[in-house]
Amino acid sequence: MATADWNPLGEIYYKKCEVYSMGWSDIVDISKFEVSAAPYGGPIALLKDESKTARVQVSTKPIITVFTAAGKQISQMRWNSGSIHKMGWSHTEDLLFVQDDGVVLVYDMFLTFKKTFGMGQEAKDVKVIDCKIFSSYQGTGIAVLTSTYRVFIINSVDDPRIRRLAEVPGLSSAPSSWAVINLDRQSRALIAKGSELCLIDQGGQYQVQTPDVSTEVTQFLAMSLSFNNRCLAMFTDKGVIWIGSSDLQKKYCEFNTKSPTPPQQLSWCGAGAVVGLWGNMMLVVGPDKDWINFNFDNPVHLVEEEDGLRIIGKYQHEFLYKVPEVTEKIFKIGSMEPGAMLFEASKEFYKGSQKADEYIRIIKDKLEIAVSQCIEAAGHEIDPAKQKPLLRAAAFGKCFLTDYNPEAYVNMCQMLRVLNQVRNHVIGIPLTYSQLQHLSMPILIDRLVLRKLFYYAVKICQYLKIADAEGASRILAHWACYKVQQKNEDDETIARAINQKLGDTPGISYSDIANHALEEGRPDLATRLLDFEPRAGQQVPLLMKMHKDNIALSKAIESGDTDLVYTVLLHLKESMNQGEFFMAIRNMPIAYALFIQYCRQQNRKLMEDLFYQEDNFQEEGTCKVVNSFNEDRMEDRIEELKLAQACFTKAKNEFAKVQTEEQIKLLKYQQRLEEEMNRPYLNLSLHQTIYRLTLANNHKVAEQLRKEFKVPDRRFWWLKINALGECGDWVELERFSKGKKAPVGMEAFVEVCAKHGNMKEAMKYLVKVSPEQKVKCLVKVGERKKAAETAFENKNEEELSYVLSKCGPSDKQLVDTIRGMKQQMSRR
Amino acid sequence: MAAPSVKGFPDFQRLKILAKDEFTSLLDQMPGRKDLVIDGELMKPLDRIASVSLLKQRGVDKIFKFDSSLKSMHGCEQRIYLVRPRMTTMKAIADHINSDRNINFKRKYSIIFVPRKLHTCLSVLEYEGVMGCVTVSEFQLDFVPLDKDVLSLELPEFLKSFYLENDQTWIHTVAKSLVRLQALSGEIGHVYCIGRGAKMVNDLMNFLMKRNSSEQDFSRHEIGSLILIDRDVDYVTPLCSQLTYEGLLDETFGIKCGTIEFGPEVTGKQQSAKLLLNSDDAIFEDVRNRHFSNVLGYLSSKAKSLQQDFDKRHGLKSVGDMKDFVANELRRLKEQKSVLANHIGACEQILGKKTKGGFEDYLQTEHSLLEGSGLRDNVNFIEELLFKQDNMLKTLKLICLLSLTQNGISPQTYKSLKTQYLQSHGFEQLVTFSNLKSLGIVTDQETGSQAGTPLNKVASGMAAMTRRSTFQSLCKKLSLIPKSDDIDLKNPTDMSYVFSGAYTPLSCKLVEQVLTRGGFTGMEEITKYLPGGVHSENHVKASKGKSARQDRPVSKVVLVYFLGGCTYSEITALRFLGKLKGYIFVIATTAIINSSTMLESVMEKPPI
Repeated sequence: MATADWNPLGEIYYKKCEVYSMGWSDIVDISKFEVSAAPYGGPIALLKDESKTARVQVSTKPIITVFTAAGKQISQMRWNSGSIHKMGWSHTEDLLFVQDDGVVLVYDMFLTFKKTFGMGQEAKDVKVIDCKIFSSYQGTGIAVLTSTYRVFIINSVDDPRIRRLAEVPGLSSAPSSWAVINLDRQSRALIAKGSELCLIDQGGQYQVQTPDVSTEVTQFLAMSLSFNNRCLAMFTDKGVIWIGSSDLQKKYCEFNTKSPTPPQQLSWCGAGAVVGLWGNMMLVVGPDKDWINFNFDNPVHLVEEEDGLRIIGKYQHEFLYKVPEVTEKIFKIGSMEPGAMLFEASKEFYKGSQKADEYIRIIKDKLEIAVSQCIEAAGHEIDPAKQKPLLRAAAFGKCFLTDYNPEAYVNMCQMLRVLNQVRNHVIGIPLTYSQLQHLSMPILIDRLVLRKLFYYAVKICQYLKIADAEGASRILAHWACYKVQQKNEDDETIARAINQKLGDTPGISYSDIANHALEEGRPDLATRLLDFEPRAGQQVPLLMKMHKDNIALSKAIESGDTDLVYTVLLHLKESMNQGEFFMAIRNMPIAYALFIQYCRQQNRKLMEDLFYQEDNFQEEGTCKVVNSFNEDRMEDRIEELKLAQACFTKAKNEFAKVQTEEQIKLLKYQQRLEEEMNRPYLNLSLHQTIYRLTLANNHKVAEQLRKEFKVPDRRFWWLKINALGECGDWVELERFSKGKKAPVGMEAFVEVCAKHGNMKEAMKYLVKVSPEQKVKCLVKVGERKKAAETAFENKNEEELSYVLSKCGPSDKQLVDTIRGMKQQMSRR
Repeated sequence: MAAPSVKGFPDFQRLKILAKDEFTSLLDQMPGRKDLVIDGELMKPLDRIASVSLLKQRGVDKIFKFDSSLKSMHGCEQRIYLVRPRMTTMKAIADHINSDRNINFKRKYSIIFVPRKLHTCLSVLEYEGVMGCVTVSEFQLDFVPLDKDVLSLELPEFLKSFYLENDQTWIHTVAKSLVRLQALSGEIGHVYCIGRGAKMVNDLMNFLMKRNSSEQDFSRHEIGSLILIDRDVDYVTPLCSQLTYEGLLDETFGIKCGTIEFGPEVTGKQQSAKLLLNSDDAIFEDVRNRHFSNVLGYLSSKAKSLQQDFDKRHGLKSVGDMKDFVANELRRLKEQKSVLANHIGACEQILGKKTKGGFEDYLQTEHSLLEGSGLRDNVNFIEELLFKQDNMLKTLKLICLLSLTQNGISPQTYKSLKTQYLQSHGFEQLVTFSNLKSLGIVTDQETGSQAGTPLNKVASGMAAMTRRSTFQSLCKKLSLIPKSDDIDLKNPTDMSYVFSGAYTPLSCKLVEQVLTRGGFTGMEEITKYLPGGVHSENHVKASKGKSARQDRPVSKVVLVYFLGGCTYSEITALRFLGKLKGYIFVIATTAIINSSTMLESVMEKPPI
């Protein structure tokens, strides 16, 4: 009978079943150990404190052993720190040890040290007398009670921030019992002081409450909170178990055990029953004062779960839980629920009996409910042998439904396959279906990874078709991180092994693994691993962290991303002295060019130093020239130019040297001119300077400059003619034209006069123009008709065409004339 | 969306929409009222993407132009800087923040870097101690679609920073722009690289794409091939005087980010007019690619026909017709009329400038330089320009062309021209010449044959043997200088029409060659003259029996990417080539340049 092992507790039933027979039965007697097991089927830690058991004071340190829930040893070590006050597990399955000086040490389940932190100076000074490890909204929290009866609390071991709770007024001796209540995102402590309970919080508030207990109470000897923190059980000095809500507003019942001693463990079985353990006797009390009694052959340890209670003993690991409603519906004797009918029908069907049909007919319109009941019930079964008939029944019922969505069925089959696998004693995680719902699949996979069961984790991911990025490749990355910790293998082998397995799997970050290797103190391995990293953006910073600056620089250059190159360059510049730095980058033209770019904007002096060091005098000179433009004082400018000149000499750039020299000369002239004439001359070019001088009628100085700077004649003539034309000094222009023979020809005079609209003057020079230029000049002064005639006289057809091309729409008559001329000419 | 839009052009509006969405979400990161301070060079590009009303709608209170000379700025409690990642800019921003701090004014700052943040910039902020009070984000604005076939990064500094200063920062931006473009339009099957930077972009692009391959969808193909060209392969073309209408508009008035501003002298009215120059303007679309000699005539005939349309209104019979005319026709006609008036005004301005100041002589010299004839006369002409103190850029252009076409200038002439130039335009031009030498644009023949110019490096041995310059060899091999003098500028048959039939742009000719040959095979005689070498890649996998891809229309869509900028003349030439050979060209560039902007960017600024 399915109901044979059901124990009634009032209206409901409790069931105790064996999960594992313990693998440790030969070596462990748990009564001699302090036991701590992590919830959600986590590992069990045993602490053997010989100093407590030995008759004489011995100085040996305790031994800590970690087992799986199936009693398979995972790790063992001898404690080598201070005296352990309390041991417990965090929600990430790290083992926490709280020492009596408030120091918390965190180990993973392989007893590898992870980190440590303290619970504050006060705890350290006055010692801890009690400690609670509780699950908070932020993860796992720790609360310590000091010998001064103050409570210090941290809400998360990952981010330990110590807070002091309010003081309990008038507390003169250690509280008889206390607990941490974690509700509404706040952790508060409930302290028992005599018959009163005091709730203290982080804000310095306290609240004294007296729970409604019918019998007389002098002390609460033990208290226990349910898994969800909503219910509270307390044991009074009169042997009464009080069960109520954790805010003390509601009382469910009082149960008198008549026991003078408090239980070794007062626990909750889910949220539905309170369990007290006295020696080998266990008492289960329901909220309606119903009770069940269990006796064990050996001492046991109780572990609370959200849906039940695990009982760990020397030989057995058992699970006590409330029979789920849906299971009860199906298996309860005489149940007429659709699920029960379907289960019967399925049984009959496989027996080959026609009764199956009768049962199906009865529940015809409730078949869908029946199927989901069977599916759900299967989920709650721990034994695969009991899961099977239920799933079979569901599958059978499904056949009669036309448009039933099979998703629930398929999902359940998959979940059960995974659950059965992890429950196997090899893995040893006795997780129930509802626990898995709460824990979620990714976390289960994480826990497999934590146990280094990479293969199982990958298989489960593949079986559940979890995308590689979140599934398999993430696990592989963890595997790789674990792999780099294996000190006994050489770097090359590990790097190759990792690359072989990981390949180019998307979502794998080689730089993360390399970072891990670096943390393990294996920089060479990290470098090798980084070679596999395709993203330079990830690779380069890590290389820098490893002080492989040169590799970082070349990788950054390879990536073609100048931003990365700059990142390395600036880092190098900070960490090296200047000479070394220059040497480092001189062989990398790209880095070199980029650094120069940077200096051009940020530090010109440095750029010049670089050029100097490289013997690049040409560039150094150019720099100095540019610098000179920014100097305000004339002396500084000339000084800078002189330096430039020296550079150009070294660079064997004769031209630049001479030009710089001339510029210095010119600047000096200009400065003097400004002082003398009170007009701006600075920064003008030579041509402009002379031009202005001519405009200002200062022909003497102009002539002086011309000689000094060896201005070519053609330039000087053009300059002077233009300048005189511009200022309209026609007299001077004429005088000039009569001087030396103009190297630019008379046409230049004509052009200038025409440009400034003085046709009369233009005509003066026109007569002197050489015959071959005459036509062009005539056009320039606007005498197109005359030009045409001259061209005709010259019998030059080309010139005629030129005049023609210059004729606009208004010269219709002239155009005709020219055409006539052309015809005449061709006729001849 | 996936289907190519009008006439086979990929739809680049999507780029605009993406950029707009990205920008608005960046603005929304700072809720409430805020001021926007924009880098001057980003104003126009931003204008193309987000309207002022959109900015206002997103809580932008005032818009300032970033001015690095200001030590402090006023405004409301929140401010966003939209800037290019430059260290000098960072320093100025830090100054603003520190001056606010000094007077205890509480303000929230955010810096949006376009197109990406750089470590150097952040280090400046850190050094100035303001890193803690600014939030930093990136606005990945790369391509600004200027037209249906023109994409520009609007990064004119690329030329200087990459070719002169050897800084590869913007190579990353170019590669990224291609990656993003391909994420929209599908992977490009064939890639041809001409030049050093082109190869670098291609390598980086491949690298970036491989990394993103799992996230991107490359299944939709809209562009068949990509041709990347380095500007240093062909410096000659941008230095030639442009003669197409669009090119002349740019040289005369300056087209900025696809918009042009006509002053009162063009509009003939009091206020100036802003015009968006793209294919949506039907009149402009008709004339943009024409040789200038062929524009004014067309415009006046257009004006006449427009007048006729106007005159129709006198012949309208019924009230209904009248109403119809006013409702539909009148508005369109009026708009067209004002546009037409602007274009005619612009033409007259250009014409006025070109007939004055010896433009013909200038052009003649330019063309004879390209031909490589009359060397002495040309040098004389240049000297005369110097003596007459003619425009410094114009003169420099000719010096550049002289050097480029002759593999450098003979040492004596080189020295004398430089001296004359310095005497005319000031000593600081010494730096300009030093820059031009590093770029390989103006070199002297002595050093030119040893090191220096990239163009000559490859062919130095060649030049010694044949005594023909690299450029002349390329001209001959690719027949860049048409033989026949008479080319019909109205109905051109050759790309050279953009330069009055005197010269076919080298860059465009290379594009043509690559496309007709389907790669560089058989071009060894030509590619050996190109600096930086060539490289081609084929990503289209020859999947079973699908070699027929060549026949798909997509293979006719070609993206030509100019690194270091391109001119409107080159765009026009490619458009023409496309029409001639049935290609659809999309032109991408780091910026649209002309001879003046190109030279200005590498010139030393005279002291103020």
